[in-house]
Amino acid sequence: MSENNFPYSRRLFMRHGVALASMATTIPQFIQNSALGMVAQLAGNPGGAGLPQDRILVVVQLGGGNDGLNTVIPFGMNEYYNARPTIGIPAPNGTAKGQTGVALMLDQKRGLGLNPSLKGLKGLYDDGKLAVLQGVGYPNPNRSHFTSMDIWQTANTGAKGNGWIGRYFDNTCNGTPIPEGSISIGRTAPLALNGQIQKPISFESAELFRWLGKDLHKSLDDPYQQINRAGILPETAETSQAAFLMRTALDAQLGSDRIRAAVGKPSLTTWPQSEIANQLRIVSALIRDGMPTRVYYVSQGGYDTHGGQLASHGRALQQVGDALAAFQKELAAQHAEDRVISMVFSEFGRRVKQNASGGTDHGTAAPMFVIGSKVKAGVHGEHPSLTDLDSGDLKFKQDFRGVYANILDEWLKAPSAKILGGTFAKTSIIKA
Amino acid sequence: MFEDALKPLPEKAFDYDAAVHLLNRAGFGGTPAQARVLADIGLNKAVDQLVKYESQPSEAVKADLFDNGIMAPPTNEQRITNQKARQSNDEEALAALQRERQRKQGLDRKQIAELQKWWMQRMIETPRPLEEKMTLFYHGHFATGYRTIEDSFHMFQQNQLFRKFATGNFAQLAHRIIRDPAMLKYLDNDENQKSKPNENLARELMELFTLGEGHGYTEADIKAGALALTGYTFQDDTFYFNTNNHDTSTKNIMGKSGQFDGDGFLDVILARNECAEFIAGKLFKFFVNDVPGEPSKEQKAFILAMANKLRASKYELKPLLDAVFSSAYFYSAANRGAIIKSPIQLTVQAVRSLRTPVRELSALASATDLMGQNVFFPPNVKGWDGGRSWINTSTMFIRQNVLVYLLTGRKPDMYEWQASDIPFNATHLVDHLRQPDGSVDMASGIEYLLRFTLAQSPSPLRLQQVMAFAKSRGERLDNDRIIAVLALTTAMPEYQLC
Repeated sequence: MSENNFPYSRRLFMRHGVALASMATTIPQFIQNSALGMVAQLAGNPGGAGLPQDRILVVVQLGGGNDGLNTVIPFGMNEYYNARPTIGIPAPNGTAKGQTGVALMLDQKRGLGLNPSLKGLKGLYDDGKLAVLQGVGYPNPNRSHFTSMDIWQTANTGAKGNGWIGRYFDNTCNGTPIPEGSISIGRTAPLALNGQIQKPISFESAELFRWLGKDLHKSLDDPYQQINRAGILPETAETSQAAFLMRTALDAQLGSDRIRAAVGKPSLTTWPQSEIANQLRIVSALIRDGMPTRVYYVSQGGYDTHGGQLASHGRALQQVGDALAAFQKELAAQHAEDRVISMVFSEFGRRVKQNASGGTDHGTAAPMFVIGSKVKAGVHGEHPSLTDLDSGDLKFKQDFRGVYANILDEWLKAPSAKILGGTFAKTSIIKA
Repeated sequence: MFEDALKPLPEKAFDYDAAVHLLNRAGFGGTPAQARVLADIGLNKAVDQLVKYESQPSEAVKADLFDNGIMAPPTNEQRITNQKARQSNDEEALAALQRERQRKQGLDRKQIAELQKWWMQRMIETPRPLEEKMTLFYHGHFATGYRTIEDSFHMFQQNQLFRKFATGNFAQLAHRIIRDPAMLKYLDNDENQKSKPNENLARELMELFTLGEGHGYTEADIKAGALALTGYTFQDDTFYFNTNNHDTSTKNIMGKSGQFDGDGFLDVILARNECAEFIAGKLFKFFVNDVPGEPSKEQKAFILAMANKLRASKYELKPLLDAVFSSAYFYSAANRGAIIKSPIQLTVQAVRSLRTPVRELSALASATDLMGQNVFFPPNVKGWDGGRSWINTSTMFIRQNVLVYLLTGRKPDMYEWQASDIPFNATHLVDHLRQPDGSVDMASGIEYLLRFTLAQSPSPLRLQQVMAFAKSRGERLDNDRIIAVLALTTAMPEYQLC
């Protein structure tokens, strides 16, 4: 690992942190991090903004298989309307059917629009902060939710092994996990964040990131705090399991204080009401607080639209689009926009032809979005053909691992070939 | 020297604390009363009770406890209809087929959730804890995941296989696992044919299941092993040896030559010294000590002694487990509290040793998932890493909170757990300390509760902290106060150890 891409350079630590280093065995990991943060300031990098090591990736997972063709609308292709007589979204200059409205214009020349519910993303596009990657998928597509999601999360077409983000950390962490390196807002941590060494932390809401025993009786709080904040007890050997647990317990208390305080602070901007917006609001609060976290993971479900999809799909898209727009606004207010990109994906797209229930069944390739002030905005790549199909499904144009590779290489400055176990054709989406 | 490493604990040294240690490690803990019984009958009988569990009556698991029909392959008739739909590219019929497949998958996911609850309950209730604990060991060792195979009945069958061989013969189990439909599917051996060999099972068999990575085999041995396993597949729920797809050529595997099939390949592996050492090392981590880092000289000697025992018994596990649980080394101070409880251990042990209400099995299954151990869904073919990888700042809170839930039934807001108002009667934990008037001396009661829940003598500071709290709440150690004390002791970092 080159130390240039390590969040807090060890050599810098050695140079400036002699006093800190001697403390290192007795202070909790969490405080060490803040101490190391101080070292970055000593090195003339207040806040460290602008450095590659300070960059943050937010992964937004759309669960269930998002219908790509009704997300980015190929209104220039007649076959689209033939395949989707009742659920096709009319062109921007077309006539609205019912309440759905017409596509929002993305690219007149290419005949591409956005789902009318994606006003949030349309705003980001107009601001030059949205990259649309067309036809993203992988060879021999798997149409099982489980397997295809695992394929995306492991970046392995056999759906085997650790998560790709976990491997990114494993590759940069010198054998010791980075505390709070990755945080997932959700019930359980996704496979993507699971490495051999690096394990994610996850919580559904900041209020659950604490001991609930004190709700039984307030008198329990004091002794609980004493016990869990005591650190390593005097008679405990440094290398023992007990010492490890005592240290982690202290880290957990400090982490809980910090995360709950950060999330409890009012945001700088206003947010829409939805689960995904709430998750992104938590992420923005943690970024504002200066957590050492490199990767955040949020997710939204509801994309498995087998029937009557126009309304439900529109609702899901509106929530995520509005949430992402609000997130970007909040980052701008924090002056953190240049440090953060968000990547939106789903485990697969859906079949070209709609089914008899006004929905769509599991398909293959679909567009991805990458958002941020540092991404090359615009539409990237070619739309997959709607006539040259693989038994009714789109043929992918861009391997998703090429997108990961570009983000790893250009944004996180990590060796993608090593992490992904190979090289893939890339679309360059990060500004130099 | 090796015999020395396994030398038994003197009978008289097997005291109450040692009995608690044995119950925790060879099972999922026990109540104070159970520990006292074991301490009273002495080391040999106590170990016999746990290891030779066949003497304990236990409800047999019926083979048809779960439905084998949900993911059954299509009948001939269905196959023909499907084929027709595909040939004529009948979109409607194809969409209907896909919906039917999804309907079945939905049912099957419900069944795997039922399976998780059933196993959790069995671990909590079994009179043969070592049987379930070894079943759990093998589930992590021959790790197979539902997400890949999507067939809950095959997961159930495999679980039953592990239970059948729990303390049986490792070599025989290895021969059965290369015939197990779940495993064959998980590692793609159903696609391993002489015309297009698939190395997945052969590789993991050597790397993860028997020899350990880099222990005495080469890439060429993996390729030859894969050929030996060609044609090992399954039909419906049973093994099927497809001779047409089997490669009968002569193979060279680790210096041996022959027309090996899967069994022949396994026999070559099982004859290697590395195999017994690898298995002994994994059992050591599971039962004796999982402190990370290079094993010490003493630990190495113990593991080698375990391996020798395993070889001498031709892979029979009972003599080995008996020797480990009887050894002085197993009870030595260095090995007490030296294992971080797995999420299953934490949860099942809490119910079994404190005798809390079970509350909702689905909540317990959900909690173990949140803590990183979703049974039937191991993260990958390596199984769970275990040890310190269980612990981080978020799992620490979940571990503490699941105990709050078990002790009080309190539904933590926003968890998907059911509130439960079944009261927990905790007074049995201190029954043996009752004075003639029925009361329990506060100081000795609290000292005892800490020693029992932490499975070792508490540090003076901890004792002082809990004592100060208890005294501030009155003089009597009644049920409410015992539960409050337990809420604190189970939130101690050391409680995560066993």
